[in-house]
Amino acid sequence: MFSDYSMSELGAIFAMQGFAGLILFSVFVLMALGLAIIFGQMGVINMAHGEFMILGAYMTYLVSNVFAAYLPGLFGMYFFVAMILAFIASGALGLFVEWSLIRHLYKRPLDTLLATWGLSLILQQLYRSVFGAREVGVSIPDWMMGSMPVTDMIEVPINGIFVMVLAVGISLAVYVMMFRSNWGKQVRAINQNRVMAGAVGINTEWTDRLTFGIGCGVAGVAGSAFTMIGSTGPTAGQLYIVDTFLVVVFGGAGSILGTIASAFSISQAQSIMEFFLSGSMAKVLTLLVVVGILMIRPQGLFALKLRK
Amino acid sequence: MGLHERYLLKVEGLTVSFDGFKAVNDLSFYVEPNECRVIIGPNGAGKTTVLDLICGRTKATDGSVKFKNQELLQMREDQIVHAGVGRKFQTPSVYEDLSVFENLEISYPKGYGVFGALAFRRDDTVQARIEEIAETIFLEDLLTEKAAYLSHGQKQWLEIGMLLIQDPELLMLDEPVAGMSVAERKKTAELLNRIIKDRSVIVIEHDMGFVEDIATRVNVLHQGKMLSEGSMAHVKADPKVIEVYLGH
Amino acid sequence: MTFSKNSLFTRQELIGFIVLAAIIFLLLPAVLDNFRLNLFGKYLTYAFVAVGLALCWGAGGILSLGQGVFFGLGGYCMAMFLKLEASTPENTSIQSTPGIPDFMDWNQLTELPFWWVPFHSLTIALIAVVIVPVTFALIIGVAMFRRRVGGVYFAIITQAFAAILTILIIGQQGFTGGVNGITDLRTLKGWDIRTDEAKEVLYFVNAFLLFGVLLIAQFVRKSKLGRILIAMRDQEDRVRFSGYDVASFKIFIFCLGAAFAGIGGAMFTLQVGFMSPTLVGIVPSIEMVIFCAVGGRLSILGAVYGALLVNWAKTSFSESFPELWLFGLGGLFIAVVMLFPNGLAGIWTEQIMPRITKLWAARAGAVAPIPATSTEEEGAI
Repeated sequence: MFSDYSMSELGAIFAMQGFAGLILFSVFVLMALGLAIIFGQMGVINMAHGEFMILGAYMTYLVSNVFAAYLPGLFGMYFFVAMILAFIASGALGLFVEWSLIRHLYKRPLDTLLATWGLSLILQQLYRSVFGAREVGVSIPDWMMGSMPVTDMIEVPINGIFVMVLAVGISLAVYVMMFRSNWGKQVRAINQNRVMAGAVGINTEWTDRLTFGIGCGVAGVAGSAFTMIGSTGPTAGQLYIVDTFLVVVFGGAGSILGTIASAFSISQAQSIMEFFLSGSMAKVLTLLVVVGILMIRPQGLFALKLRK
Repeated sequence: MGLHERYLLKVEGLTVSFDGFKAVNDLSFYVEPNECRVIIGPNGAGKTTVLDLICGRTKATDGSVKFKNQELLQMREDQIVHAGVGRKFQTPSVYEDLSVFENLEISYPKGYGVFGALAFRRDDTVQARIEEIAETIFLEDLLTEKAAYLSHGQKQWLEIGMLLIQDPELLMLDEPVAGMSVAERKKTAELLNRIIKDRSVIVIEHDMGFVEDIATRVNVLHQGKMLSEGSMAHVKADPKVIEVYLGH
Repeated sequence: MTFSKNSLFTRQELIGFIVLAAIIFLLLPAVLDNFRLNLFGKYLTYAFVAVGLALCWGAGGILSLGQGVFFGLGGYCMAMFLKLEASTPENTSIQSTPGIPDFMDWNQLTELPFWWVPFHSLTIALIAVVIVPVTFALIIGVAMFRRRVGGVYFAIITQAFAAILTILIIGQQGFTGGVNGITDLRTLKGWDIRTDEAKEVLYFVNAFLLFGVLLIAQFVRKSKLGRILIAMRDQEDRVRFSGYDVASFKIFIFCLGAAFAGIGGAMFTLQVGFMSPTLVGIVPSIEMVIFCAVGGRLSILGAVYGALLVNWAKTSFSESFPELWLFGLGGLFIAVVMLFPNGLAGIWTEQIMPRITKLWAARAGAVAPIPATSTEEEGAI
């Protein structure tokens, strides 16, 4: 199948697909980070994760409209305001959901899964009632439009680069929070031994709530970033949930580095295959390979061997 | 050849490491038929891990465990049970949603396969055997009770009963009297004394009075290694043991 | 002391079965018009899946979010046979390749794919309805359970399978009919399945099959295997160290659930007249779990009631307040987890039964001792 292309064309194809893969990678990383915190550290399955992202996307949509109507002069900057508001909105909803639902179900992970699925249905309908069933897009600020030529055959879109930069930034922030902050230390302590963590004076209840809230907030930021490369609809969150869970599980739950590595391999595999196969077959093959590997190595790519 | 048949269980060079940490390190010991072996040692000495390795719950890194000259390390947990090794866990693990009768019935050594279990019938032999065991473990009046409603001690007895019904040649008990009241403890000692008669037993226990009562030989474990082995009197007098227990 | 030795039913359970049979065989056909009866027949096909889930999830603690895969596979096997029967060269003479299903022709296929050929035979199709889902379940089950993957991991991976199969069906339009599914099914061995009489007959065939499945499920629940499942859910290690190969039990029950779902899918195709990927994917698969949860996880009869009630509510709501339905369904997921973890069966045994017993005792004028309910009784009603 390569014979139809010259070497330099092939190189360009791989570079372009590789770059498309990098954007997909950034999207996966953004989606999966929040989940890696919630699922990896707390063991909670949040099926409404996608809807928390969409909330962030809708927040961005609202903010862009407000800026366009009242602050057109500052329109170039609206995205940064939107991102912060997206974090706050999704995070606050996360805190509320933890308080009202999740905390009652810590010992019943499968039930959490069902309850959060119910939550996702409610949120979807809520979005549909408020924002309408049609997808909405935001106007991208001028400075993010267009693309940057790298060579005469390879061009990269600026909004793609922006999303990548954002993914790197947020990954670093999460890493710092997990491994450098006091909160991160407490979360990891609770993950390892809940009773003991409580005994040494960590407020486990509040730490759980905060962790869930931060995980949801990160999802909101991810949703906000999405608006730069695609439009938002009420059910868009559901489309991503399986991929996101697979990314986290494949990476080895609990390992931030694993999540990033797995997001990278899955996205690259998918986007390179997409060029040679139809999009759906590429997706099917990618998912099958991931599931196949998980069957051979259920603990994922990165996991500790522990004494049980 | 004669030497080989002397032992029911031969543990040689048993080692397991978790990410470089050797929880059990080059451990060897031999258990004779009808012997009651007690393993003692401070917390974290690797006592429970040794039992886990023998019954297949944890996979060993190195070494050999031979039971009646069969290598157990290559066998699956259920195959090890079928070979004749029974294991009681530290915390009572009974099926809380099932009745005492049903708990014992599940352990009844018949109908192990999927279709065997479908075809399994409660005949008079089964019922008689379950009632007999229930009497041994002081639960004959509670057969229809849900296991969830039993006291801690009664759950421990039930689990012991679930092992007895299988009549294993080697029984491994992990702290069978921990968390029991004085009265329950006495009854358990009586129960154990009765059941260890016609089989080999490996017991992990902290209660020294109890150990002295039942032990044929004692292994003292420390940091995954054998510190001392012999009769109770022998290990009590061993300066290394005294150092570990009373030193620091 | 007496133990229900080997009987298949306790008296209570027998009454439960008879009541359900009366509702399905007598009451519904008597009060519903043909259109509604067919609709309830469709709901009952989901009950096959829900009964399987009651065994897998309720008893065995294995939550599969991919039951739609098995439902769909069974349904597609049936649909393939019916489609081939409908695609005679005479019926399809306007196509560029007559004699192959219309969607293949639209997608420039000129020949029937080799794996469609066996579905000319009804016998093979009927066998495939069970065997294909079971084979898939076997592969997934062996791979996962032998490696001791369970709990939420298993749930997520089965969900991934639901996603994979949907994408595959939609993507391979020429072979599968794509997003529209396999439609325009007409006759079964010359018997027109679209007429009112045919639909009524199919309703009863479906009901009989469902009771067959219920009897199998009851037999499994009452056997030692049924108790081992519950034991496994609570203390997997204890079961393992009592000498059982836990994985083989999980594989068996997962395959049995898949077989049930496959039969349900085939009956869906027959009664509704099409099969499409919308019944395979993530959303329908997880909705099937809620049918079982509403009925009360452990209860196989409850699963049937759950499937009927939720679907009936869905149809009624969607007719009058479409936007409310998702709120209702979402709320139902949350409520059944937070407030009624034992579902309808729980409400029955915890709330209604004690009252009836009390009333009964009061009327008899004597204080009859209330028989202690054992686990199994709570489970099955």
